Amino acid sequence: MSVKVLIPSPLRRYAGNLESLELEGQSVGEVLNDLTGRYSDLKKHLYSEDGKLRNFVNVYVNDEDIRDLQQQQTSVQPTDVISIVPSIAGGY
Amino acid sequence: MLHPDTSTIELSKDELERYSRHLILPEVGLEGQKKLKAASVLCVGTGGLGAPLTMYLAAAGVGRIGLVDFDVVDASNLQRQIIHGTSWIGKPKLDSAADRLAEINPHLQIDRYPVRLSSENALDICRDYDLIIDGTDNFPTRYLVNDACVLLGKPNVYGSIFRFEGQATVFHYEDGPCYRCLYPEPPPPGLVPSCAEGGVLGILPGIIGVIQATEAVKIILGIGTTLKGRLMLYDALNMKFRELKLRKNPECPVCGNHPTVTSLIDYEEFCGIPQARAEEEAAQAAVGEITATDLKRLLDHSADVVVIDVRNPDEYAAARIPGTKLIPLSEIERGPGVEQVRTLVNGSDLVVHCRSGMRSAKALQILQQAGISGKNLKGGIHAWSDEVDPSVPKV
Repeated sequence: MSVKVLIPSPLRRYAGNLESLELEGQSVGEVLNDLTGRYSDLKKHLYSEDGKLRNFVNVYVNDEDIRDLQQQQTSVQPTDVISIVPSIAGGY
Repeated sequence: MLHPDTSTIELSKDELERYSRHLILPEVGLEGQKKLKAASVLCVGTGGLGAPLTMYLAAAGVGRIGLVDFDVVDASNLQRQIIHGTSWIGKPKLDSAADRLAEINPHLQIDRYPVRLSSENALDICRDYDLIIDGTDNFPTRYLVNDACVLLGKPNVYGSIFRFEGQATVFHYEDGPCYRCLYPEPPPPGLVPSCAEGGVLGILPGIIGVIQATEAVKIILGIGTTLKGRLMLYDALNMKFRELKLRKNPECPVCGNHPTVTSLIDYEEFCGIPQARAEEEAAQAAVGEITATDLKRLLDHSADVVVIDVRNPDEYAAARIPGTKLIPLSEIERGPGVEQVRTLVNGSDLVVHCRSGMRSAKALQILQQAGISGKNLKGGIHAWSDEVDPSVPKV
């Protein structure tokens, strides 16, 4: 089952410069696993060395933060959109 | 809602005429305009976000505006920081901004803080304002502003930008989430490029800054629905606004049920800055350096020097040191660039440069691991412009 994943601009250079991709998986974890399987450079930007999602990269299913759902076990439907939203600090 | 005390606020004839378009809006009216005059807002930074937002707050009649900035106006600011003008290049931003705001609206008090906001001064500076607007450009100051607002119980109107995209929300307002609820930790230094390294569309901070100003005015007036609990994302290239839900984290170390951060901490340390700086200095020390003056001498006396520019093609097209070859750092990092350098060097001396010396140090580290040694141009093409050839633009 494929789900749409939106790639934020700071991470696009690690994901073939794509804005979005259709990826396979039944859960957020599986979909992200498919993503890092295709683009291995993304892995260290999304996960820490102990395999946890990094604290400055948020993942949303539609408009809900997966920390408020079932984290990476959150199940996804083909109509869902997964967004990766990293912390940015510019403003000056 | 802030409930500013309007009992002693009067509006003069000049002020009533100036604010007439507000006064006829039922949602603002005379009472609302008095609230704006009674209100005080602190804007940290008078750069891309601070420029448009303070101009609108001044025009709207916010009675007291505090500005925190320690920088001077640089030519490269003027593409987006519209509060500053050409004649102010080289002068303090604080004076430039205060001058412009007073020109927009003389009926205001403008407080100037010519300092870098720090753990030592943040509480004292912020304490005296109804709400704080974050117009900074780095993670340590953003966490500092957040924690100071939570500790003082002030709303924090947040905006940040990257290239063509922006984020905005209102933190710590009416028991809403704070910045640490959204992002508990900052990324390690260097992972997310700054505007200086990554570039930014000049109009973008205008959009995000004006959203921040709108939220500030709504909070002061107590009207509408604020961005509390919603993270707004803006994508200028596709002209799309989206919003994500933002919830308070009960485990948040500063605003949660059992806070562990009860006073301001060392935010440079929290963001890993000292460690990154030490690593960077070690990396710079590990590669040999050459000054721009010495490079000029070397080029004048030897034909056997290869100078490689590792900036991106657009930077190279805009300004370059004559005779240099372009091999972007990204190509060296990917691998093919290393072999291009090897072919070009072929026994000659190698000097590598970028804008100010950071990217070229990184390139030299990779090249050294591949058995190619060379020197780093200290201060990059900017130093070349300063020391050797002022006709080279410092882009």
